[in-house]
Amino acid sequence: MSQVTRRELFPGVWLRTVHTNKFKSSYLSLTLMAPLDRGTAGANALIPSVLRRGTAVHPDMESLSAALDELYGGAIEPVVRKKGETQCVGFAASFLDDAYALKGEKILEPAAALLGELLLKPYTRDGHFCPDYTAGEKANLIDRIRAQINDKRTYATQRLTQEMCRYELFGVDKLGDEESVSALTPEGLWERYQRLLREAQVEVYYCGSAAPERVEEALKAALSALPVSEDRIDPDCEVRVTAGPEPILVEEAMDVTQGKLSLGFRTGGQTCWEKSFPALYLAVAVYGGTTLSKLFMNVREKLSLCYYASATLERMKGLVLVSSGIEFGKYQTAKDEILAQLEAVRRGEIEDWELEGSRRTLIGMCHATLDDQGRQEEFWLGQAAAGLEYGPEELAASLERVTREEVAQAARCLELDTVYFLKGKEV
Amino acid sequence: MKRLEFAQVGEVMLHKKLENGLNVFVFPKPEFQKGYAFFATNYGGMDMRFCLNGQWHDTPAGVAHYLEHKMFDTEEGNALQDLAANGASPNAFTSNDITGYYFDSTEKFEENLRILLSFVSVPWFTQESVDKERGIIGQEIGMIEDDPHWKCYMNLMKALFQHHPIRVSVAGSVESIAEITPETLYACHKAFYDPANMVLCVAGPVDPEHICDVAREILPKEAGPIAAKDYGEKERPRVAQSYIEERMEVSAPIFQLGWKGDAPVNGEDRLRQELVGGLALEVLLGSSTPLYAKLYREGLINQEFGYSYESSFGCAFLAADGESKAPEAVCAAVAAEAARIGREGVDPALWERVKKGVYGNRVRGLNSFENLCVGQAQAFFAGYDFLRFAEIFDSITQKEVEALIVDWVTGERTALSVVRAKEET
Repeated sequence: MSQVTRRELFPGVWLRTVHTNKFKSSYLSLTLMAPLDRGTAGANALIPSVLRRGTAVHPDMESLSAALDELYGGAIEPVVRKKGETQCVGFAASFLDDAYALKGEKILEPAAALLGELLLKPYTRDGHFCPDYTAGEKANLIDRIRAQINDKRTYATQRLTQEMCRYELFGVDKLGDEESVSALTPEGLWERYQRLLREAQVEVYYCGSAAPERVEEALKAALSALPVSEDRIDPDCEVRVTAGPEPILVEEAMDVTQGKLSLGFRTGGQTCWEKSFPALYLAVAVYGGTTLSKLFMNVREKLSLCYYASATLERMKGLVLVSSGIEFGKYQTAKDEILAQLEAVRRGEIEDWELEGSRRTLIGMCHATLDDQGRQEEFWLGQAAAGLEYGPEELAASLERVTREEVAQAARCLELDTVYFLKGKEV
Repeated sequence: MKRLEFAQVGEVMLHKKLENGLNVFVFPKPEFQKGYAFFATNYGGMDMRFCLNGQWHDTPAGVAHYLEHKMFDTEEGNALQDLAANGASPNAFTSNDITGYYFDSTEKFEENLRILLSFVSVPWFTQESVDKERGIIGQEIGMIEDDPHWKCYMNLMKALFQHHPIRVSVAGSVESIAEITPETLYACHKAFYDPANMVLCVAGPVDPEHICDVAREILPKEAGPIAAKDYGEKERPRVAQSYIEERMEVSAPIFQLGWKGDAPVNGEDRLRQELVGGLALEVLLGSSTPLYAKLYREGLINQEFGYSYESSFGCAFLAADGESKAPEAVCAAVAAEAARIGREGVDPALWERVKKGVYGNRVRGLNSFENLCVGQAQAFFAGYDFLRFAEIFDSITQKEVEALIVDWVTGERTALSVVRAKEET
């Protein structure tokens, strides 16, 4: 069995360790958690990519890659995530576990040191980020922002969230926007980086075969140059309880062969902090979270109205987002049916197999989280962002107790806020 | 069961060929919560022409994939729902070579395994259900055709190969699937879904002997005839066309570069070619090469850049893909670097590092049950054991890798596929 610990390395700098021998690799991540904000999102998102270009010791990608190859092909990737209204930027790393090194070398210590070096000893020019790296990564980030349009399914959900939360921080994309990224200078970015190091809450994560004490020692050494700061900010998340008087409809046309219909609901203030959370989580699964769900079984399978139709929960923000792919002409029928299925959940018209199947799926997912280092990291980062301490197994246990009426009750709180429809261009 | 130990990578694999010809492989994982089962047939999207009992069949593009969709139907209902009701996450895929059905579950593993073996081995198609599926698959085809990466890849296949069926989309087209009837599906199921043409791979906290018992109980008792496949005549080294372009809604041009390789021979040589091909890419344009650093610095590639060795029965190629303002410049730079390696060889320090790095990466990949089970199924059909890579890897020399670069990365074997943005109107 694995053992989970959490300890404070420095003020506002936390280390979570999962001690286990199950894996061939050890997983290491370091995340700076900052309030999501239109003014800083682009800069925050850019920082890990610029840092990943080179350090004072390994000044270019080539020498960094060589260092990683020496550590048996370790990977350290810049990561930008959004948890509620917290922007999480940093690095996720995976290394061969010490047990499989061909000559019995230690890999954890040099790996942690390299991670610390990337965060704290960047390659600089004239006291700030090197202009070349900044310009190159700015261009890459802008490409990534523009490329979001390529995957229409994700794009439709993103546009829905933007429209629905245009007056909330949640409407800000985790990558920022093109305009603010374009305006960044090496000097300005450097200043943001310094502030982030002082003000962000830092979450470090390790999963692997090393004992927690050894991990703590390795990371304390690796992060010793992190500024000592008493004012690391714990980001908040605004929850709007109700939708507007009438749902907002947003339509866009593009040159696509399949239409995308997305619907955004408010959960009436139900979030991961509420006691009713397990019921809401299960309600969304029954509605559209699994292949047994009402959306999948009825809208897709029985009526063939969509190629896909599913619902996801933004548990900190209190949103339910429905995403579907449809033929253009089926807009009204599909929308009516998607809403009719929600009505069925609200009325408690849930068969045993629907309820139990969804419950088993969610519980299975909780247990399976323990078998996957990446998913486990994602889970614990989410918990850190929300300030919650329970683990996947406790979540599973709470799902066991949810009743049909509680599921219906949770669904009754949903209010349709915004509808987004991506249609084809008229010829 | 026969027990094979791969001590260097800390793995154990048990193998048994059952009386009905089914090969069962089990990776015991007592310390894990979830079990994973993969049940696959040696039949994929490119197996359109085959011979069964002396008779040749030409089937429309997309049958293997259509069959995969319809296999979940049972006389009583739908296996997808039965598995999901037990908390399992079931799914399936059809590649060029194989069709595989799988689930993972943390509860009721044995019951789920029974469902899996049963629905895949017992076909149940009606005219109505087959007709209804046409709409769903038609939508799926519509969706992938909107995906510029998919389009770019399919175009690369058309450019690299003259006639090999890898040029045809696994899902087929709206036109080709219009011809599919319940009879087509029954015929293809009969030809390829025989236990003797299939493997079952399981990883998890399971009793290996018991897995075999369940398979014996559910599946047919005896092996039937297996269809012979035909991919047409052997491909020549030269590509069909060196450049292919498409215009779609993309933000920046995307490209796929391919270098046509020699068709692999089944057996451990196939694994060896895969490892050598992978290493060749690493020393030629991998993320720790000077070429990669230069291309990245000059803004010709970005983080989206990726590369891989790909092979199917009867064909192999090296591929690199990404976003670039000037894909032709990337292509030319790789050609120049290959020529330089031909003259001067690979830097020995780079070779040593890369070898260590690739090894560690492959070992890390063994965390994934899916990787283990799908890897072993594919390897078995190709005539080797997946976990043999650790030993073979050790014996690969720098010279072997340089020779592959010199042979394959040449003008006549290179094709470039590009998807550019539509011109503003």
